[in-house]
Amino acid sequence: MAMLEVNNLSIQFGGLHAVDNFHLKIEKGELYGLIGPNGAGKTTVFNLLTGVYKPTEGIIRLDGQDITGKSIIDINKAGIARTFQNIRLFKDMTVLDNVKAGLHNHYKYSTLTGILRLPKYFKVEKEMNERAAEILKVFNLDQEANLLAGNLPYGKQRKLEIARARATDPKLLLLDEPAAGMNPNETQELMDTIRFVRDHFNMTILLIEHDMKLVGGICEELTVLNFGQVLCQGETAKVLKDPAVVTAYLGE
Amino acid sequence: MSFISYLKDGISLGSIYAIIALGYTMVYGIAKMLNFAHGDVIMVGAFVILTAVTKANMSPILAIILSVVICTVAGVVIEAVAYRPLRKASSNLAVLITAIGVSYLLQNLALLIFGADAKSFVPVINVPSLELFGGQLTIKGVTIVTILACVIIMVGLQLFVKKTKPGRAMQAVSEDRDAAQLMGVNVNATISLTFAIGSGLAAIAGLLLCSAYPTLTPYTGAMPGIKAFVAAVFGGIGSIPGAMVGGILLGIIEIFSKAYISSQVADAIVFAVLIVVLLVKPSGLFGKNIQEKV
Repeated sequence: MAMLEVNNLSIQFGGLHAVDNFHLKIEKGELYGLIGPNGAGKTTVFNLLTGVYKPTEGIIRLDGQDITGKSIIDINKAGIARTFQNIRLFKDMTVLDNVKAGLHNHYKYSTLTGILRLPKYFKVEKEMNERAAEILKVFNLDQEANLLAGNLPYGKQRKLEIARARATDPKLLLLDEPAAGMNPNETQELMDTIRFVRDHFNMTILLIEHDMKLVGGICEELTVLNFGQVLCQGETAKVLKDPAVVTAYLGE
Repeated sequence: MSFISYLKDGISLGSIYAIIALGYTMVYGIAKMLNFAHGDVIMVGAFVILTAVTKANMSPILAIILSVVICTVAGVVIEAVAYRPLRKASSNLAVLITAIGVSYLLQNLALLIFGADAKSFVPVINVPSLELFGGQLTIKGVTIVTILACVIIMVGLQLFVKKTKPGRAMQAVSEDRDAAQLMGVNVNATISLTFAIGSGLAAIAGLLLCSAYPTLTPYTGAMPGIKAFVAAVFGGIGSIPGAMVGGILLGIIEIFSKAYISSQVADAIVFAVLIVVLLVKPSGLFGKNIQEKV
């Protein structure tokens, strides 16, 4: 069974077909790329997948479960986490607390327990700290745990966003232009991180990216979106050579 | 000696403003709205205590607990019924005007139930006074309790917000509501919790206010509510330490104006402070500079 299966997905804003008859199939553990020129509707697809927008038509299945039209929270619980094109960390919270915010739904104690600081509070917080520290270590951010997220250098903020999304323990991780604004060294490091996350956690990853070096370097399959429609789909190497794709990017 | 005595009165009044200001500042920080009905919740809390003690012969402690519970529930209900449906509305003005409406609703309900005449509040805080400097300076029990309560609430709240899971959810919602939601934080539940805490504190503020100034009418909460709002803006709205510092400074300014200038213009001076702060440092003492967003 595919991890993510999208059929006939469409959304209209007024008369504009932002995404039209979109389909996608991602197998478990796959590293999948969604590319396309500016304004092609890539981020809209992400917003549809995460429940920010409700589709006008179509079906989204995550690991066999129909999640079409569900609320953001329910979709998060079903197992989709994402990062943002423009970094949206909790900048005034520490690096550790950002990751702990990602762990929010995996640890429970009541508000009263928190106010009164009952033994359970200390126990659960300790577990959360340990888990968060573990995740930070994987992303090589453990040195920065107590810094404010907003004070991290750009590349590390990107990494922390992935770490925070990873903390929600998703089945499918959506990365929206993870390499945007990075220099070649940072991009290389990011590619290693993404590949590591996939291999280490056997995570399924769907990413939007403009950096063709990154896409060609790590994605196994690609979907090319143009004017809200699927232009081409298949193995990365083939797709990147497809004449229609080249035309869409470079013109006639 | 009179200076110290005024200072003590100022800190005491300021502590009450600070506790009320917390409700404003937390709700603003997390739900991004000004809850102008907050002051009237104080009045509701005070009426609950008065009724419970005089009509139902409850012990003061029980009456206080009852008042906190009722105000907490009232805050959550007001948020769910009046504000939540408007949260997605295109204009923030809609929520603001609704809040003013809720404020009048509470005042008029109280008018209907309890009547317009001023009631004298029962003494429920029975702590002995403290005599200092050989009897030259007397600190009333209520004053001691007020200042202590303010400090405890402030420290407790700061610890709650910074160090617990629900507190982290509050911070996350306050910084980026959408991102928080995508991390699995339930935004509606978090905002409800904020209103619950703010309104529960309003009950405490009602108790302290009416213990220090023991007359109670349906409009008792309105003016302190507005002044606490000034305090919250003064300290930097959205900031918990800001609410404390802003509240206490405002209390001191008010009492000193009354003592040394004129008790008639004291309120004018308090609001003049707001104008000056807004002109000089629009984000308040502890506020961050925010980009203009209208």
